[in-house]
Amino acid sequence: MNERCAVIGIGQTQYAAKRGDVSMPGLVREAAKRALEDAGLTWADIDAVVLGKAPDMFEGVVQPELFMAGALGAVGKSMIRVHTAGSVGGSTAVVASHLVSSGVHKRVLTVAYEKQSESNAMWALSQRFPFNPPVMAGAGGYFAPIIRAYMARTDAPDHIGLKVAVKDRQNAALNPLAHLQMPDITEEMVRASPMLWDPVRYLETCPSSDGACAMIFSSDGSEVDNPAWVLSTAMRSEPMLFPGRDEVNPRAGADCATSAYKDAGITPDQLDCAEIYVPFSWYEPMWLENLHLFESGWKAIDAGHTHLGGKLPINMSGGVLSSNPIGASGMIRFAEAARQVRGTADKHQVDGAKLAMGHAYGGGSQFFSMWIVGQERP
Amino acid sequence: MGADVELVSPFVLEYAYKRSTGPVIGRFLTSLRDGRIEGVRTAAGRVLCPPVEYDPDTGEDVQDFVEVGPCATVLTWTWIDAPLRDHPVQVPFAFALVQLEGADTSMLHAVCAPREDMATGMRVRAVFRDERVGSITDIAHFEIDTGVSKDLVPNEATEPITRFKAPTRLEYVVAAGATTAEFLRGVLRRELIGRRCPSCEKIYLPPRGSCPTCGVRTTELVPMAQKGTVTTFSVIRIPFEGQVLEPPYAAAHVLLDGGDTPLLHIVGDVDVDLVRMGMRVEAVWAEQLEPTLASVRYFRPIDEPDVPYAEIRGHV
Ligand SMILES: [Zn+2]
Repeated sequence: MNERCAVIGIGQTQYAAKRGDVSMPGLVREAAKRALEDAGLTWADIDAVVLGKAPDMFEGVVQPELFMAGALGAVGKSMIRVHTAGSVGGSTAVVASHLVSSGVHKRVLTVAYEKQSESNAMWALSQRFPFNPPVMAGAGGYFAPIIRAYMARTDAPDHIGLKVAVKDRQNAALNPLAHLQMPDITEEMVRASPMLWDPVRYLETCPSSDGACAMIFSSDGSEVDNPAWVLSTAMRSEPMLFPGRDEVNPRAGADCATSAYKDAGITPDQLDCAEIYVPFSWYEPMWLENLHLFESGWKAIDAGHTHLGGKLPINMSGGVLSSNPIGASGMIRFAEAARQVRGTADKHQVDGAKLAMGHAYGGGSQFFSMWIVGQERP
Repeated sequence: MGADVELVSPFVLEYAYKRSTGPVIGRFLTSLRDGRIEGVRTAAGRVLCPPVEYDPDTGEDVQDFVEVGPCATVLTWTWIDAPLRDHPVQVPFAFALVQLEGADTSMLHAVCAPREDMATGMRVRAVFRDERVGSITDIAHFEIDTGVSKDLVPNEATEPITRFKAPTRLEYVVAAGATTAEFLRGVLRRELIGRRCPSCEKIYLPPRGSCPTCGVRTTELVPMAQKGTVTTFSVIRIPFEGQVLEPPYAAAHVLLDGGDTPLLHIVGDVDVDLVRMGMRVEAVWAEQLEPTLASVRYFRPIDEPDVPYAEIRGHV
């Protein structure tokens, strides 16, 4: 990797339960065109396109990269699709950035999307496969026992999940693109919301959203005044089941973080903010520990350290808890980190942010992707 | 091995996806309902039909609609002697790429004509259905152009088309494979048989043919106790599409005694509010045993003291 890689354009759609006004190609084009506009470029300036989305079953379009090639201006250009379950938006950005940092291409467009309203992810994730008991109950059914294990391991009080749920929705109220707009949400409202996958309540859960996110990477960043420089990228994975697997604090996630900090030449306490993949509110304290950000995740949250204005603001955009077009959700995290160091995060801007981290995970906590972006050219 | 591969199970994935059309495809479908075929003109003057929202050559938006057809030229074709259930016509026909008059691209559709008359370059004409709903199949098929068009039955609908259903059905035959088949033969004898890794000596249940940690084949078969400990769990209270069990129910990680991997299963015969980490449970078998882990109906509590958290911590 001899070249640099800079984020020079970011485009996002409005996130919503249903974008009935656009087709799938129309949805990805909305994000891509905004990214081109942000970078001051046209389709002709792009050398390659990298597309990401979660399982094809979510929309019933197999090989969406073929379907989307024309819509994303990729005719006659290199185009690939990345797929690492829920972390895919992050890994897609990582793969696309490598096409630039390796010197293969000068400018790359990367796009990730999901149009959940065309299907039902809960159905898709709860299939009763032959030879097995009918035990699958969506992502919440998978992660709720892990959350219970975290609570038991750390003696975290129940209100931590409520606090994160409130904090992320308050942040979302500062982000007009966010799907859930609940500026008046309170811990009492979250506590009173229905228990879905005990111990996970409705308002401690992410919504189901339509949306797309796009970024444009360049090797020299000269196209704009305020590029975000990619200081490091990392991806790790681990099997879903092996003896002694620690799903509360997965090794792959911890290794991914260690690698990302080392390659960026920083320590985690140098970060000004981080946007991490939290689809259930309890995953904020879990990942704060897994990513070496705080020794006790729940105590940091209880002390208000992860609020905007706190020691290390987390999920300034409102996070996955406020917008969840699954395939795009990882890229939105990466894009928010880049917006922060570019100083373009509007009302959810962390003052003077110079170093930010984006993180995504997917599968049964099996796939991890991260990047660290900075304001200064490395 | 022969018998193992024969343990198979049907598996059907079926869903009616709900597509939103966006403005361009929506207008194309609305026009079809009205008995007209429209394409879009790109900045360079090419007319695309079926239309797309963008110029594939430049990526730019395309919104300039033009009427094309109903006559068309066959660019190429293939003959279908025995139509399948979902084919657009149920008599022998040709799938053809037809380029509508006024268009620069072609679309795939059915041509109904005697096989001996089928030829590349032949002139055909769109035949509209009497009842049209805003779908590509509102064109029933194309036929040889005789210069005479059939009168169009008018359509009363005025609402623009903005969405449609896309039903999908995939039928699989899932083979258990040697390791799982062997395990399921044990299930038919009310036995739960794990496999031990020769390298790390950990026991997998359900068994795996290889150890993902060591990367070696698991060799030794280990009949397991049918008692175990709930290491963690969730109470599923949410109803959802395709759900088999009636909520609320407890879905748990059950670590069988002596085992090293938790089994995902149901905890039953107990108020879900009483399920807890460390609870001791045993397998309850179905009357009628089938080659599936669902032959263990659920795990039920037994009268033994809970296992302290410190002893199960390493398994969650
Ligand atoms: Zn092993």
